[in-house]
Amino acid sequence: MVVVLGSLLLVLVGIYAILTKKNVMKIVIGFALMEYAINLLFAMVGFKKGAVAPIITSIPPKHNFVDPLPQALVLTAIVIGLGTTAVMLAFALRIYDKTKTFDIDKLRRLKG
Amino acid sequence: MKPLVPLFVVIPLGAAFLIPILSKVWRRFSEIIGGIASASILFLSGYFLFNLRSGIVYPVGGWLAPFGIVFVVDKLSVFFVFVIALIWFLSYLFAINYMDRYTGGWKFYTLFSLMHAGMMGVAITGDLFNLFVFLEIASVSSYALVGFSVEEEGLEAGFKYMVMGEIASLFILLGIAFVYASFSTLNMADISLSLASATKNAVYYFVFALFVFGFSLKSAAFPFHSWLPDAHPAAPAPVSAVLSGVFIKILGIYSLSRIVFNVFGLSRANAPGIFNILLLLGILSIIFAGLAALVQRDYKRILAYSSISQIGYIIAGFGIGNIWGIIGALLHVLSHAMGKGLLFLTSGSVVYRTEERDIEKMAGFGVRMPWTGYSYLFGMLSLSGIPPFIGFFSKLFLLIGAVKQSMYGVAVIFVIFSAVTFAYLLRIENKVFWEKTVKGFSDSPFLMVFSMVILVLLLLVSGLCFSHITKEFVKPAAEVLLRGVLYAKDILGGI
Repeated sequence: MVVVLGSLLLVLVGIYAILTKKNVMKIVIGFALMEYAINLLFAMVGFKKGAVAPIITSIPPKHNFVDPLPQALVLTAIVIGLGTTAVMLAFALRIYDKTKTFDIDKLRRLKG
Repeated sequence: MKPLVPLFVVIPLGAAFLIPILSKVWRRFSEIIGGIASASILFLSGYFLFNLRSGIVYPVGGWLAPFGIVFVVDKLSVFFVFVIALIWFLSYLFAINYMDRYTGGWKFYTLFSLMHAGMMGVAITGDLFNLFVFLEIASVSSYALVGFSVEEEGLEAGFKYMVMGEIASLFILLGIAFVYASFSTLNMADISLSLASATKNAVYYFVFALFVFGFSLKSAAFPFHSWLPDAHPAAPAPVSAVLSGVFIKILGIYSLSRIVFNVFGLSRANAPGIFNILLLLGILSIIFAGLAALVQRDYKRILAYSSISQIGYIIAGFGIGNIWGIIGALLHVLSHAMGKGLLFLTSGSVVYRTEERDIEKMAGFGVRMPWTGYSYLFGMLSLSGIPPFIGFFSKLFLLIGAVKQSMYGVAVIFVIFSAVTFAYLLRIENKVFWEKTVKGFSDSPFLMVFSMVILVLLLLVSGLCFSHITKEFVKPAAEVLLRGVLYAKDILGGI
């Protein structure tokens, strides 16, 4: 429960950074925080106290296995996160090339 | 038919892999490979659409349903797959001429194919985490495509779109994490069985809220719409046609309806509150975006606001929740995909010749570009619901649904904003195509005109055979949704 609440707190920190920061790079860092928090939450879902790593050997284990599936899913999620962060940084660099600023307040051509 | 199912994902992914390699050999290979891929997917999805009896479950890697990932092609999936393939093929034909304006053609075709692999995957997957992976493949390539021009407008719109879209994706991932923590399974059928016996505690509603937020942001329903009027106009025209035509429907509407109806097993009978929220989202989108479109000056921005408004019709159709409303919503998916795809292609045709998007500065293009002008006229008539085009029948079914549910106010809003749709689309027709002061230029190249004319013919033909289309394709798809949790028995029983 503590882990879940802690991860959710970290998600909120990430959202706070995304919503309030004016610097494009800090927004990207906010996304990274939020992503890692969700990955942490996901990885802890499969955790069991006193269990061993889920590797099948000839000797039967004395304890339970931890759930291996969330670990595999988190690996996938990390790879996806790498891709999105890369695209976002590419956007940040191109924006800096065109406008010479990282300040999103100066990017106001479009009104939504 | 069963071994053919993975081809829906494999062909576009394979094309995306081959295009960057072979385009080094000869530049035109990228267009040829993409063309072969889109034509074969269109053929394959047509074959599935006409021959699918009930549904197919394909276990990926041989692992059966609750344990491995499954691809599920049922009547609903195959309907969406066909719509994607159709719009992809036609906007692809359009892109071959249109993309001459940009450098780096192979990058465009690679991203375009990747986006379609993701969309196809979302439509046929039966696994929640797999849905997230495909959703991210489609989203990431769409962010890059919106910023494809690398001008200031494209970059700003792309970054904005990316921030909003990624928040939605991460919330969906958070929802999936909670689902896995509660039920230790990711198969959608298995989850729906577990949910049926679960108590409705705080986690249940939290997860549901995360999913509704995430998928409504992807589909740009009213309070979550603000990225769409920037992102869709900034993209190249064929991409706008795909983004507005099918992207927001497959990532937003299809995933949302699948999760609400089949995974959570909700219907108007057992959860009227949730359906009223959906109805409210739809109505607010219709009203707000319809009024906002009236005061825009940018050709593509008007069409983008119109997309939000029409998405509102579709969500409201699901919110009405009886068979007529759902048939109307699905038929509107088809009619709006073809109609809005066509209108964005005409905007591309105008931009291709004149480099101008401000409608106040344009006049008399209908004389110089008769094919584009008449295509726009017919697309406009269909979108605003004039018979005998398909757009009339989709709105008719929505109206019948609202009246049968005794929601007369909703029906009145549907009719009034159909007229508003006509009003803002007529502004473009008036300013751009009718007045007669004009300097010399000619209509667009053959392939661009060809894809627009095919769409006009499809709008007309599907309108004339609407009863056949409704009976054969749309009603079975709506029944899949209304079967609710019985979906789970179909999948786990292997159909």
